Parts: sequence; C-alpha cells; structure tokens
Amino acid sequence: MKYCVKIEVSLKPGHTDPEGNTTQRLLKELGYNVDSVSVSKIYNVQIESQNSREAKIKAEEMAKRLLANPTKDNYTIKVEEQK
Amino acid sequence: MKLEEVRVCVMRVGGTNCDIETARAFKELGIQAEIRHLNELVKNRNLLDYHVLVFPGGFSYGDYVRAGVIFARRLYAKLGRELKTFVENNRPILGICNGFQVLVEEGLLPGFELFSAYPEASLAANIPQGYNCRWIYLKHESKGNCIFTRRIPQGKVLYVPVAHSEGRFLFPKEKEEQFLERLYEEDMLVFRYCDKFGNYAEGQYPTNPNGSFHDIAGICNSQGTIFGLMPHPERALYWWQQPDWTRRSSKVQYADGKLFFDGLLDYLLKKF
Repeated sequence: MKYCVKIEVSLKPGHTDPEGNTTQRLLKELGYNVDSVSVSKIYNVQIESQNSREAKIKAEEMAKRLLANPTKDNYTIKVEEQK
Repeated sequence: MKLEEVRVCVMRVGGTNCDIETARAFKELGIQAEIRHLNELVKNRNLLDYHVLVFPGGFSYGDYVRAGVIFARRLYAKLGRELKTFVENNRPILGICNGFQVLVEEGLLPGFELFSAYPEASLAANIPQGYNCRWIYLKHESKGNCIFTRRIPQGKVLYVPVAHSEGRFLFPKEKEEQFLERLYEEDMLVFRYCDKFGNYAEGQYPTNPNGSFHDIAGICNSQGTIFGLMPHPERALYWWQQPDWTRRSSKVQYADGKLFFDGLLDYLLKKF
C-alpha cells in the first residue's frame, strides 16, 4: 500500500522562535493585528507500507533519526492512504 | 611518530567552504592536512588511516533540515563503525562552526555517553535572527581537559570571528541545569562569549552574538578529545587577518586563532 505521511516539526513550547517573532513584527507593520507567529516545517513523505500503523512507525523513526532534534523540536505525524 | 607522519583529514561535502583555510592552519603547525570528500572516504574505507578528523565550516548540504544534520546522519550511515572506533581510540576530532553543528547532531558533543544515539544539545537559529558575521571575544574556561586548548591559560581572552545563523547553543529545557553542571564537573566547557575585558556576555547581544545558553561558544567531550566551537580560529591565524591590524603596535606573526591548533601538537606527539 502507498501512504502519504505528513511529518510536522515545530519548536517545543517555551523555546524562542526568532523567525516567527520577526515575521510577526513585519505582519504588524503591514497593518495586521497579529499576536504571535510560530514557524513549523512539514515534510510530505510518500512511503510504501503494509498498513498505516507500520507507516506511522517508520515516520516516527524518520522524525527521531533526522527531522527533529529532541532538544528543541516536537513533531506530529498524520498518515493518509494514497489512492 | 614524527610530526610529518601525522595525517589529518579535513572532511568536506557539498556546501563546505572553509576546508582550504582549515587545512592551511594545520600546515602552519608542520602537519600535512588532506582535504577529503566524504564519498572518497566511503569508497576507500580509510577513515582509520587518519590520526585527526576535522569538520570545517560552511553550509553542508545547504543547511537543509537543520544545519549539519544531513552531514552527520550520512556520515553515520556510511562510516558509523569506523567513526565509533575513531572515537573510542581517543583520536582527536575538531568541528568548527558547521563542523560543531555536525558533531552536536551526530551525538558526539556533548557526548555524555561518548556516542549518543540522539542529539543532547542543539545549535538553534540565532537571536536576534539572521546571519551574524563579526569579531567577538572568547574566554577560555577549560582547566586542561580539552587537548586542543591546553596551551591556552584558563581565563585568557581571545579575539576571533563568528559567521553563522544557527549558533545558539541549547540544552533541553528540562535538563539545562543538570547538563550545565556536568559540563563544569567534567571540564567540558571550553569557551564562553565575553567582552574584551573578560566579562561574560550574560546573553547580551552583540557580545553574545547568537543568544547561546550560558554564553557557550565551544565545548569538548569528557575525554577532551572531541572539540567543537562556533567561532572560526582558522580565520584568525595570521596577524594581518585581524580587523584592527593597522592600529596594532605589535605585529607578531600569528593572531589568536593559531593557539587553537597548537595544543593538539603535544597530544599527537605523545599519543602516536
């Protein structure tokens, strides 16, 4: 089966997000009443797997081994079957 | 072993851009450093032919995902066993700027477990945000554990440049104090950002150019053989590389950056 796995990596709560803060300042200057901005990255991974559970386990491994640094990053995983 | 028999590998990949000046710094010590692409080492399986491994500065693999992580994971996937042996043999490893990021992402620094499976620290995006290229002051904190800086007296203030956008050293929030304590206990804290009088930056920009926790600029592992730092000693090797050289009255041959490489000589001559 083919799956599309979305791995979203974002900063853990309490960590300063310099890119988000800079973006928020600029959006304010452009006239938007923005309270805060946080930046996250989404990796769309196409993967072949037996089932969605196995696809999720593989995605967890990818996040831990490469995509997220546990010191500062959280990650979430969404698995969708590809038709 | 004679000094001219020592083999230093300056490892590069696409995006590395400080390999030539780093190799030149070793040549000043009388050591022939060889610049080798990771693919060459993978093909020849000869990492263990070298006595010293150096990860120079640059933007390896375009800094994609996180600075240094692709270099680190690829190295581990291709040469993990050799790298482990290299580390266990206490052969010196130096990481400068992007090289420091590689060592942190590889789990070699701080390396509380010698070779951690996952990174125990991070070099996050600078605060204030953006690329920062400036000359800064560093205070030497090591009591002698770090083999690279043994010739530098503790407390000495050095003048070197930084050039990076991801250099904010962080520990996991919940372990910050515990890990910092270990750095001090095991003499792993090597350099902190300070002003020219040696007063710590206390997080204040631009003395601390990136917002690093505890003004940390460079650390080593508990064995003292693996050393990483954000500043570029290889760009402060000669007196004429300093921004204020025309105003300096004494024109000695070398600038402060040379000191970062000198200490290695004693270790190499003793070990090999």
